[in-house]
Amino acid sequence: MSLQQLTVSAPRVDLRTEPRPMRIVIIATALIFLTVFVVLPLAVVFAQAFSRGVSAYVAALSDPEALSAIRLTLLVATISVGSNLVFGVMAAWAIAKFDFSGKTFLITLVDLPFSVSPVISGLVFVLLFGAQGYFGPWLQGHDIHVLFAVPGITLATIFVTFPFVARALIPLMQEQGTQEEEAAISLGASGLQTFFRVTLPNIKWGLLYGVLLCNARAMGEFGAVSVVSGHIRGETNTMPLLVEILYNEYQFVSSFAIASLLAMLALVTLVAKTVLERRLDEGQLLRDD
Amino acid sequence: MSATAGRRSTLPGFGLTMGLTLTWLSVIILIPLAGLFLKTFELSLDQFWGIVTSRRTLNALKISFGLSFAAALVNLVMGTVIVWALVRYRFPARRLFDAIVDIPFALPTAVAGVALSSLFAQQGWLGAPLAALGIKVAFTPIGIFIAMIFIGIPFVVRTVQPVLIDLDPEIEEAAASLGASRWHTVFRVILPSLIPALLTGFALAFARAIGEYGSVIFIAGNLPNVSEIAPLLIVIRLSEFRYADATAIAVVMLVASFLIIFAVNRLQRWAQTRIPTH
Repeated sequence: MSLQQLTVSAPRVDLRTEPRPMRIVIIATALIFLTVFVVLPLAVVFAQAFSRGVSAYVAALSDPEALSAIRLTLLVATISVGSNLVFGVMAAWAIAKFDFSGKTFLITLVDLPFSVSPVISGLVFVLLFGAQGYFGPWLQGHDIHVLFAVPGITLATIFVTFPFVARALIPLMQEQGTQEEEAAISLGASGLQTFFRVTLPNIKWGLLYGVLLCNARAMGEFGAVSVVSGHIRGETNTMPLLVEILYNEYQFVSSFAIASLLAMLALVTLVAKTVLERRLDEGQLLRDD
Repeated sequence: MSATAGRRSTLPGFGLTMGLTLTWLSVIILIPLAGLFLKTFELSLDQFWGIVTSRRTLNALKISFGLSFAAALVNLVMGTVIVWALVRYRFPARRLFDAIVDIPFALPTAVAGVALSSLFAQQGWLGAPLAALGIKVAFTPIGIFIAMIFIGIPFVVRTVQPVLIDLDPEIEEAAASLGASRWHTVFRVILPSLIPALLTGFALAFARAIGEYGSVIFIAGNLPNVSEIAPLLIVIRLSEFRYADATAIAVVMLVASFLIIFAVNRLQRWAQTRIPTH
């Protein structure tokens, strides 16, 4: 950089920044805060999980109870993400591609689970399907188990992960407009052909983004699932519930071993999310040009 | 806004997708939530009032709302500092720390709960030095406060970040070249234009902390009237089969969080009219 450039650019830099000591104080405060509140808790999970060595870690994860929790979590997440994927695409199609009154209100309703406490998300299903609930006696009469069984856990998980896919798709599809779809239809494509050949390729990264976040929440949900699960060992404990049970029994290595799997899921999700966000931004820039 | 359904009638599938969306929405969200409110109507007003104003409930609500508010204030201040550092300065590992801000969103709450509890326990990495100073965090209200700060971190940062990035540099330069000190420019020119985003982030962090369960209960101690949060009291009442009590507390919390969301929507509308979109 030449001396001339320096003198030209120097005043501009000076006007928009703080004195050097102030800068250092601000950066240090931010980094110390993030380290204490975010990095250390994350590090503790892995430190505790491996505190008795790798073999204890592996043993904790291959325990039948742990394996059953992992299986249940995968099952519940698959059903919840699958159903919210289908719902999310349909909701986004109706909301983004058409004009109707009450659209803002409908989006607010879709968003509702974000503002409901996880515990309340579980409670509503207890009130519906519990022994004293609205459908409880009928279900008991027909020997159908919803509460304290897989259907209840799945329902509560669908409730809390309801908005993710739809919310990822609606702004993206609104921005893309309807021209390409209209062209496909006018050229004789059917509705489904138009969706799979035209819309889906355009929204695939946004869809993946929504599915990713939905899955992370589905596998990690604790409060709602805790209320409806009944904590039957080896049967209705998901991974987060087993983390709680083992922790309360002072089986710290086992508890943190399962917690470490969930923490890794969170980290992988974050990395993938960052990559996808960059792709989505690039897509937006291309369209803006 | 006089547009009606089917104006873009060339595209198919509106009836089908809208119908299925409304059905699924009703089955999963609306009917269960309506059931909650219906259940409260089974109580007389006196019964409802009696539950909500009983000593233990009132204390749980005070603890949840009070500590959430205090934690959201910390998030407001620290979030501003973090977002300022991330947007305005260049330092090593800046992108890494930017990504780290999202961890409280991504980490399952039970994992955060056991991690914070272990970190701040008497023998924990931070609990031990704090105990030496005579400060007990785990199993006290301070523990609840810490957990609520943790889960609120991303909200202020992520709502303010895009606004600060898009802020027109000329405003600042104009203020400075007109003789305003840096201090003056930051507090009289920049911060006022961030206020809607700051308040939105604060409200979101506040709402999230009120309803938080998983990351709080491990570190809280859960002593009735002292360190028992409202969501935990709902769980306890449910396990005692006192459904009416659980429902009444839930309705109070639900109404409060709807009011906060309503305020956030208003704030965003206010922000849009205040700052001309470009």
